[in-house]
Amino acid sequence: MLRVAPVVTLLLLILPIAAGLAGTVLPSFGYLPALGGTDFSLGPWRDLLAYPGFGSALRLSIVTGLAATMLSFAIAVLTCAAFHGAPGFRRLQAAIAPILAMPHSALAIGFAFLIAPSGWLARLAASATGADRPAAIVTVQDEGGLALIAGLLLKEVPYLLLMIFAALNQTPARHALAIARSLGYGGALAWIKVVLPRIYPQIRLPIYAVLAFSLSVVDVALILGPGNPPPLGPLALRWFSDPLLLLYFPAAAAASVQLALLVAAITLWRIAEVVVARAGRKWIARGGRGLAVQPFLKAGGRIAWLLLAVSALSLLAMGLWSVAESWRFPDLLPTGWSLATWTRQAAGLWWPARTTMVLALVSTLIAMVLALACLENEQRRGLHPGIGALWLLYTPLLVPQIAFLFGTQIVLIRLDLDGTWTALVWSHLLFVLPYVFLSLADPWRNIDPRLIRTAACLGASPLRILFAVKLPMMLRPLLAAAAVGFAVSVGLYLPTLFAGNGRFATLTTEAVTLAGGADRRIIGIYALLQALLPLLIYAIALAAPPIAFRHRRALAVAS
Amino acid sequence: MTGALRLEGVEIALHGRVLIPALDLTVAAGRAVTLMGPSGSGKSTLLAFLCGTLDPAFTGRGRVHVNGLEVTALPPEQRKLGILYQDDLLFPHLSVGGNLAFGLTAAIRGAAARRERIDAALAEAGLAGFAGRDPATLSGGQRARVALLRVLLSEPRALLLDEPFGRLDAMLRQDFRRFVFDHAASRGLPVLLVTHDEADSNAAGGPVIRL
Amino acid sequence: MKRLVLAVCVVLLGSSAFGLAQAQPWPDVLAKAKGQTMFWNAWGGDDKTNAFIAWVGDEVEKRYGITIRHVRLRDTAEAVTRVVAEKAAGRNQGGSVDLIWINGPNFLAMKEQGLLFGPFTGLLPNYHFVDTETKPSNLVDFTVPVDGLESPWRMAQIVFIHDSARTKDMPRSIPALLDWARRNPGRLTHPSVGNFLGATFLKQALYELTPDPAMLQKPATDENFDRATAPLWVWYDQLLPWLWRQGRQFPETGPAQRQLLNDGDIDILISFNPPEAAVSIAGGLLPNTARTFVMDRGTIGNTSFVAIPYNAANKEAAMVVADFLLDPIAQAKAQDPAVLGNVTVLDLRKLTAEQRSLFETLPRGASTPTPAELGRVLLEPHASWMTRIAAEWTKRYTR
Repeated sequence: MLRVAPVVTLLLLILPIAAGLAGTVLPSFGYLPALGGTDFSLGPWRDLLAYPGFGSALRLSIVTGLAATMLSFAIAVLTCAAFHGAPGFRRLQAAIAPILAMPHSALAIGFAFLIAPSGWLARLAASATGADRPAAIVTVQDEGGLALIAGLLLKEVPYLLLMIFAALNQTPARHALAIARSLGYGGALAWIKVVLPRIYPQIRLPIYAVLAFSLSVVDVALILGPGNPPPLGPLALRWFSDPLLLLYFPAAAAASVQLALLVAAITLWRIAEVVVARAGRKWIARGGRGLAVQPFLKAGGRIAWLLLAVSALSLLAMGLWSVAESWRFPDLLPTGWSLATWTRQAAGLWWPARTTMVLALVSTLIAMVLALACLENEQRRGLHPGIGALWLLYTPLLVPQIAFLFGTQIVLIRLDLDGTWTALVWSHLLFVLPYVFLSLADPWRNIDPRLIRTAACLGASPLRILFAVKLPMMLRPLLAAAAVGFAVSVGLYLPTLFAGNGRFATLTTEAVTLAGGADRRIIGIYALLQALLPLLIYAIALAAPPIAFRHRRALAVAS
Repeated sequence: MTGALRLEGVEIALHGRVLIPALDLTVAAGRAVTLMGPSGSGKSTLLAFLCGTLDPAFTGRGRVHVNGLEVTALPPEQRKLGILYQDDLLFPHLSVGGNLAFGLTAAIRGAAARRERIDAALAEAGLAGFAGRDPATLSGGQRARVALLRVLLSEPRALLLDEPFGRLDAMLRQDFRRFVFDHAASRGLPVLLVTHDEADSNAAGGPVIRL
Repeated sequence: MKRLVLAVCVVLLGSSAFGLAQAQPWPDVLAKAKGQTMFWNAWGGDDKTNAFIAWVGDEVEKRYGITIRHVRLRDTAEAVTRVVAEKAAGRNQGGSVDLIWINGPNFLAMKEQGLLFGPFTGLLPNYHFVDTETKPSNLVDFTVPVDGLESPWRMAQIVFIHDSARTKDMPRSIPALLDWARRNPGRLTHPSVGNFLGATFLKQALYELTPDPAMLQKPATDENFDRATAPLWVWYDQLLPWLWRQGRQFPETGPAQRQLLNDGDIDILISFNPPEAAVSIAGGLLPNTARTFVMDRGTIGNTSFVAIPYNAANKEAAMVVADFLLDPIAQAKAQDPAVLGNVTVLDLRKLTAEQRSLFETLPRGASTPTPAELGRVLLEPHASWMTRIAAEWTKRYTR
């Protein structure tokens, strides 16, 4: 049973993605018999290139994707360089957890509230200038995609920070830093010169995941990106929804471009890694102590705090809108307060909230079982999976969602599974499983093997060891992994839309739909709930172990 | 409980390099044998082989008999070879009593009977009333004794000691050595000790094999 | 002669027999519908409409034991796509879409491809209340005959809304709108042309600018399109730089545009719902001083319908819901300014006095235009104009 676990898990991840990619790439060359496309042709590509906004859409995707990734990386690195070992570093680790739990779309909605020409920041400015109309400046949905880039940073910087923290746990960074500083290097520069090169291999895949996500993002782009034309992702989504399906073929081509874009971007990034590393070695060999740049690096490190503050304000703005009776420009606070929006929406909220929770719980549970089965199999057989397995696991996070979800929809219809819970849970599993596995793998692999041997020598069977020793001891990482899985599921937009065939509304699909222009008070409710639900689970995951282990000192505090 | 522990041509190798060449050895019931060798000589690995928990990187050959029964092919949990390590390795999520109950043989049934057996063992070890305690609140010496009790309650056929005295300070070490060997002798258990400390082998009293 | 009569009889019998084959007695429909869970695919971008659909769900649950799931669409085309995809995959029964809020190009597409169930409106007991005399759009959807394939449920007409506390003397014609925009740069916009409301704004302009408005009732072709729309593009080229964000970006939907007016980002809102101002004021979405105006030469009006896909899994429940939407109780509820404020699709003269009183007792705010103030209703051009205008606009103005 256990032996087949890794195979089943990988098939579950890889097969649908492969089928989905085929279902996207083949139609981009005109082949889709169901719609009468039986001959291969370049027609869809010609149609795509003939679309007047294609150039802008492509440029927008490339610029926002690359800029968001590079800036996220730079900010995350600067933050760690500037504050590693400082008292604020621990606080930062605690502060990013809630942000990580919040869905992209919820943050994007809150961020839009904040920076809109009539948003909170503009009102603050107006209260100084006395303006009674919003200035005619372009903040959200700007053609350059700046709002989109900023919105992506809110979520990607904390994600990369988390990944760096995890890598730091396995690296003797403190000693390396101490030695470098004793040799006269400024703290921040020392970090970049001696710590970053060592941890980079461990954060490489997460960076590629950020790159993939930013290049092909749909939900955040719908909220913060421009619409005429939008980036490639939303453009493909728009075309896939054409009533006559005439645009299905160019849409498939656009989705295929997303895939090609990703391959090109990762290749480019990889080349850049080599070039930068070579230059970096020379730079390090020159021995500059970097004392002069230290203040600048420190300042750069503060950007992460700024982003966290913006996220918190966004959440606050959503909360305020949800209880506002009326809140017009240029009032800094609502002029009337009321719970009426909540009571009016309560009935309508129930179904999406229920679907969100059931979906998140079921997919997380399945993901946990599969991940545990794989890890248990690995541990019992003494296997050490290599980098290849890690890449496979990352596949769903690296392949642009838009590039395979449409193809899988056709497969699902063929299997008569579209719009079913099965399809929906599977589509969520695709994204939940990698995150659950990755959060569980390190703690699981780090279980003291002597404890397991001791238990075995005391006569405990492997099953008893699992249930009586490993699982209870691993309560904290288990709950943390469950919280991560839950948060990932809650935030999924495109997979829910496609596998659910639109029949399953979740808080996220509703929030993104409403963000198209509905009453801000109602958007506030949906976005707030969407953010609070995973936060609640995170809080439980944090609070439960100390309670469960209140009489077990060795486990009561996080190690 | 009068069975001996017998090793027949036991050999341990790492990536084809032999660490311990074919070893034949018999430990009579109630007696102790000491294996001495520097660290890295593979003596702990030998014990892992006996327990059936050898790391897949190593290869082990030979046969292990205990009490007349060959256990070489059995999974660890069916070999009934109790082992003590340098660290006590008490399960941090269980109380002292819980740790002992984990070890206590399933042959003793009924919550009350099991409880009684555990309390008696604790009392005998000078730890009466410790059943509800968190292992993390115990002293090093107390934890070491609980670890031994846990092994003994599992009613092993033999006792393997992997430098279990190394972490204790001098005073405690002496007490605990006595405690271990007295208990083993009174139960008639064959004891195989690996160590690099002469004092340990002296306390064990039996033959010494140098690797 | 005798033969002729016979032939006519055969034809009549034949056709009625065909009708009967599809027609089930209404009580049978109700019996089958009971217990069904039906999926109503409707644009979900407007909370008022969402709330109304939820109310309909409660009512049909109580009355007929039917559960409605509102599938909230970003764009009606999503539902059409789904049906097309299902047909492509060979799923001719048990389809996932039971009822679609539809009209115009989406209806034309589904009708042309034979994706609709029906005719079914003849079966609906409440259908005889429908106003087919003074509201021609109930029978002709964007010039395409409805043929009983979709059932009306709400009326729409283009109106413009402004904040009377900020702006006065609003333009009453399309050329005047251009002058106004010149004097008030950045204060006018329209929803994205991919959105039906945005496309309708261009059609509204086309009505006033095109040399021969009658042409719009015929399908747009390669021959007539350029000639008919040339003045529109001249006008729009002049307008563009004066629009909000210099006409480079547009609000995606009507409600997004309403938010801009409420925030003071723009001064004019285009709506398809004549009582929009009153409804939005009641909902706190527009200031109390919001007022409605229209174009002197009339504005485009149409009807919103519901249609049932040919492969719908729960056709009976869908028909019962379509019928309930025509119930005077539901229509009066929808006309309540606190709910939707929709003008009813029913002919009040066909109702009983009691039913009529449901409508007559409804409040009417100062911001709601009277039928006289609403002025002339212009019939929707053929759906092909909308499709072509949207495509042409994309070609000209997407960079």
